[in-house]
Amino acid sequence: MSLSPQDIQRLAQLSRLQFDDASADRLLGQLNGFFDIVEQMRAVNTDGVVPMAHPVDAMQGLHQAIADTDELGMTLRLREDVVSEPNQREANQRSAPAVERGLFLVPKVIE
Amino acid sequence: MSSSLLVHGYEVVIGFETHAQLSTQSKIFSRASTAFGAEANTQACAVDLALPGTLPVMNKGAVERAIELGLALGSHIAERSVFARKNYFYPDLPKGYQISQFEIPVVQGGAVSFFLGDEKKTVRLVRAHLEEDAGKSLHEDFIGQSGIDLNRAGTPLLEIVTEPDMRSSAEAVAYAKELHKIVTWIGICDGNMQEGSFRCDANVSVRKPGAPLGTRREIKNLNSFKFMQQAIDYEVRWQIEQIEDGHAIQQATVLFNPDTGETRAMRTKEDAADYRYFPDPDLPPLVISREWVERVRSEMAELPRVMAERFVTKYGLPEYDATTLTQSKAMAAYFEETAKASGQAKLASNWIMGELSRRMNTDDLDFAQAEERISALQLAALIMRINDNTINNNSAKAVFDALWNESRVAVGDNLHDVTQAASVIDSIIEAKGLKQMNDTGALEAIIDEVLTANPKNVEEFKAGNTKALNGLVGPIMKASKGKANPAQVNELLLKKLS
Amino acid sequence: MAELHNMTVAELAAGLQKKDFSAFDVADHFLKRVEHDQQRGSNSLNAFLDINREVTLAQAKASDEKIAAGTAGPLEGVPIAHKDIFVTRDFATTAGSKMLKDYRSPFDATVVTRLRDAGMVSLGKLNCDEFAMGSANENSAYGAVTNPWDTSCIPGGSSGGSAAAVAARLTPAATGTDTGGSIRQPAAFCGITGIKPTYGRASRYGMVAFASSLDQAGPMARNAEDCALLLSAMCGPDLDRDSTSLNVAQTEDEKKYGFSHLLRIDHGDKPFAKAGKDGKALKIGMPTQWMHLGQTSPRHHSSGAQPQSEPDVQINSRIDQSLERFVDLGAEIVPVHLPLTKLSIPVYYIVCAAEASSNLSRFDGVKFGHRAKEFSDLADMYQRTRSEGFGDEVKRRIMIGSYVLSHGYYDAYYLQAQKIRRMIAHDFQQAFAQCDLIAGPVAPTTAWKLGDKADDPVANYLADIFTLPASLAGLPCMSIPVGLGDMGMPVGMQLIGNYLQEAQLLNVAHRFQQVTNFHDATPEGV
Repeated sequence: MSLSPQDIQRLAQLSRLQFDDASADRLLGQLNGFFDIVEQMRAVNTDGVVPMAHPVDAMQGLHQAIADTDELGMTLRLREDVVSEPNQREANQRSAPAVERGLFLVPKVIE
Repeated sequence: MSSSLLVHGYEVVIGFETHAQLSTQSKIFSRASTAFGAEANTQACAVDLALPGTLPVMNKGAVERAIELGLALGSHIAERSVFARKNYFYPDLPKGYQISQFEIPVVQGGAVSFFLGDEKKTVRLVRAHLEEDAGKSLHEDFIGQSGIDLNRAGTPLLEIVTEPDMRSSAEAVAYAKELHKIVTWIGICDGNMQEGSFRCDANVSVRKPGAPLGTRREIKNLNSFKFMQQAIDYEVRWQIEQIEDGHAIQQATVLFNPDTGETRAMRTKEDAADYRYFPDPDLPPLVISREWVERVRSEMAELPRVMAERFVTKYGLPEYDATTLTQSKAMAAYFEETAKASGQAKLASNWIMGELSRRMNTDDLDFAQAEERISALQLAALIMRINDNTINNNSAKAVFDALWNESRVAVGDNLHDVTQAASVIDSIIEAKGLKQMNDTGALEAIIDEVLTANPKNVEEFKAGNTKALNGLVGPIMKASKGKANPAQVNELLLKKLS
Repeated sequence: MAELHNMTVAELAAGLQKKDFSAFDVADHFLKRVEHDQQRGSNSLNAFLDINREVTLAQAKASDEKIAAGTAGPLEGVPIAHKDIFVTRDFATTAGSKMLKDYRSPFDATVVTRLRDAGMVSLGKLNCDEFAMGSANENSAYGAVTNPWDTSCIPGGSSGGSAAAVAARLTPAATGTDTGGSIRQPAAFCGITGIKPTYGRASRYGMVAFASSLDQAGPMARNAEDCALLLSAMCGPDLDRDSTSLNVAQTEDEKKYGFSHLLRIDHGDKPFAKAGKDGKALKIGMPTQWMHLGQTSPRHHSSGAQPQSEPDVQINSRIDQSLERFVDLGAEIVPVHLPLTKLSIPVYYIVCAAEASSNLSRFDGVKFGHRAKEFSDLADMYQRTRSEGFGDEVKRRIMIGSYVLSHGYYDAYYLQAQKIRRMIAHDFQQAFAQCDLIAGPVAPTTAWKLGDKADDPVANYLADIFTLPASLAGLPCMSIPVGLGDMGMPVGMQLIGNYLQEAQLLNVAHRFQQVTNFHDATPEGV
């Protein structure tokens, strides 16, 4: 299955990107070139396979070094509810395009 | 449901999505403070601003609060839940995605029960999931521009989602009030609606009875119970008018304008439909052990409905009293102390739901402040004096007034010292000479005077007109300056007239 | 005494401790080489994006004081340069993108801090493919990096600046990041040694995110011994900052000597005879499929020359020759099967594009970085800012990522890729039941000419075939030089270990380098 010019427009909108017609055409060809090699993947039978979202998944119980898997970080580590971040506004906004009175300025947001 | 609920022949269907800000010190994924009202962006750290290279680290306190809500609502606490990214662009969303829970939320199922009038209602929950709050866009003060304050970005939220179980704006408000009571009671949320700590979105649709669900419109950010009712009522009327005029309802997100009392559709985000959710690779699955859940359960305060049941069984209160007295922790505590000390639970309930509540409303005081006027033990002592016939109800009200208006609770007083409390009450009774007249001789003298002064009433009574008795009791109480024991007066009077 | 720039990290560290030379002299020497290269105009390697004499020399002075005071760290005064993916306070951080031109981070990446704490002096920031997306370093907004072995060739990517700078002796060591081969492939193309540790060993805090479930930092240097020293300083739990950071229990030896602990022990002249599981001979697995991928080369319709995904004859012969040396050292070669290798290309590019499309959403012109000069409204500001700020390859991956995550396509593409990813990780465990580590090529070819695949993204993707499987599984893997190809360009061999087996990988590589001199080969004119 291959992408259409409409797909390119929809995805560009979704990604907040814009392409002139020429580059949109070139992009369409390149993406379809990529999705050609993706086809072989779709044919694979993956019934009953659990998707792998984190590489640590695969480490479960593999190593003596991994005494306590929770400790190791295979499940979410939780931190104590403590405030320790000082006000760094000046440093944090040093590379901001537009700031006024400590606020980031953007073109009017209409709700 | 009863047909009386139909509006112009339409059934109203309402579901709720409530965003409760969790009462943690730090944010859900960063160590910045969640305190309200700080100067713009002074509580937005590198992680909150999504500066390049920053990563989220989960706040244990937020998870604990999610567990507490789940236990309070009888929900299932997922042993394994997953954080996902909800992708969309908005200036108040620093990463361009919100970390939320999608396929596997931490709290699943459960229900909220409450009284609507004297009818018991139950609203089922679909889920409650953990997520991060967004920042704020300030539209004032900047010509053609908006200012973005990201202090709120990353504040932990529980989004609590119900089934479409509510059938009227009144029921919806009652649900919201009950949920608000529960989250504040267990202390996971400060419940401050003005500051946006407890924000409700209502999904409203109408249909002919028995018809499939109608198209819903979502009313966003209802931040007061009053507006909630107004907004839903307006929306219901609007939808019915549309349908009656032959227009189909379009799914939409609407805002309520308190000034006009109307709802209007928001400018829709073009791609709101496609959030491209996927598991957040920065956060492994959240695993909650049974041991942890049980530890939280054992440390949790008694829930309002459990406490109400206890008030019924232990103190023999009517369910109505029990429910009313468990509207807030403070009220329930005040009641229990008064009831225990006085041994007169029903009298205590009457006084707290009656006189005390009335005064608190007129003076707009909460229980902490009321305690400063008249402590639970002082009220208990007062009730005991009524009970042992030292004073009658009229005098008791006078004592209550005295305490309320010129409080005898001095700073540093031990409000929990029974003898001290009793002595305060007795001293007032003494000073105002309100002690009940229990001396029969003196009372008989008064009665004789009154009888001779009112021969007409005496005759009528003897002629069989029992009402004439009241014409005699009044003057006797008056002559006793209200100190006579009404029961004793009746008894003596009848003896003399027979 | 060899010239400073020809010394290894170990030699420099030792000389500094013995006060044979000062950290200041060393820093000044390397800075002069960098400055000289930059002055060569069009002949410059274009490896460095930002240097700052004051900052570097101040760090060097501080190191000299520590050495004098006897409070020196293990690598005190040894210079290192950082891939521009790591955020730094003292230098600009661009990630090779116009989007972050002149960006200044208010904090240092954990890896940068750890290396400084170990005593290393920072020479500056190194060029790389934009947001680490590329295999040739031709995707940098600040120009391509060239290969010191032949400046008409690419150095590999995305850590091309790191590899070129080490190969040209502009720095004794560099940090790199490897998402799908970005340390191993440029190391191979430039004839140096580089290692990507187990996913989670090195903190990702302060690495500009490309694909969060794949990104891993690692060192690039002249040999395995140096990589062991550097990796020990770089890695360690960062529990307060990175939820995917591993918290591994360490033995006493590991605490003391880090990843070098196996290098210290004398194993005699047959070091691999007992280096395997339970004292048996070290078993090196050769993936049978990898040598004949040519027959099943993935079909694809895109302009440009038919890309090569089967290894060159020259590559195979260099690897076979090297494996004979491993056998001489007591190792056994056994065949293993990684049947899904070919699928790792679509799987990897779907996973990394999906994560990248989301990770790069923060670049919207609101909080930091580039913002378009002219726009009509908010939506227009977003579109112009991102269209101007991102290069073509980054845009392509954002588009692919948005597509595979979008409604109706998620299950067929993203979820299917996640499932095959687990199957690939499982195949490796099957293989490691037969062997102690896996050896094979890093890339199907040696470094190609600048521009050869520039307008054929799919050709670039296919060339990553041998580095992607270990990345998807999160396994530790490295690249070591095994000689020059027919065109005189370096050939690398890939070694893949099981989870957390970095020390063994480095030990095996080190023993090989003790009896060979491929790693000492230096480009002409350097």
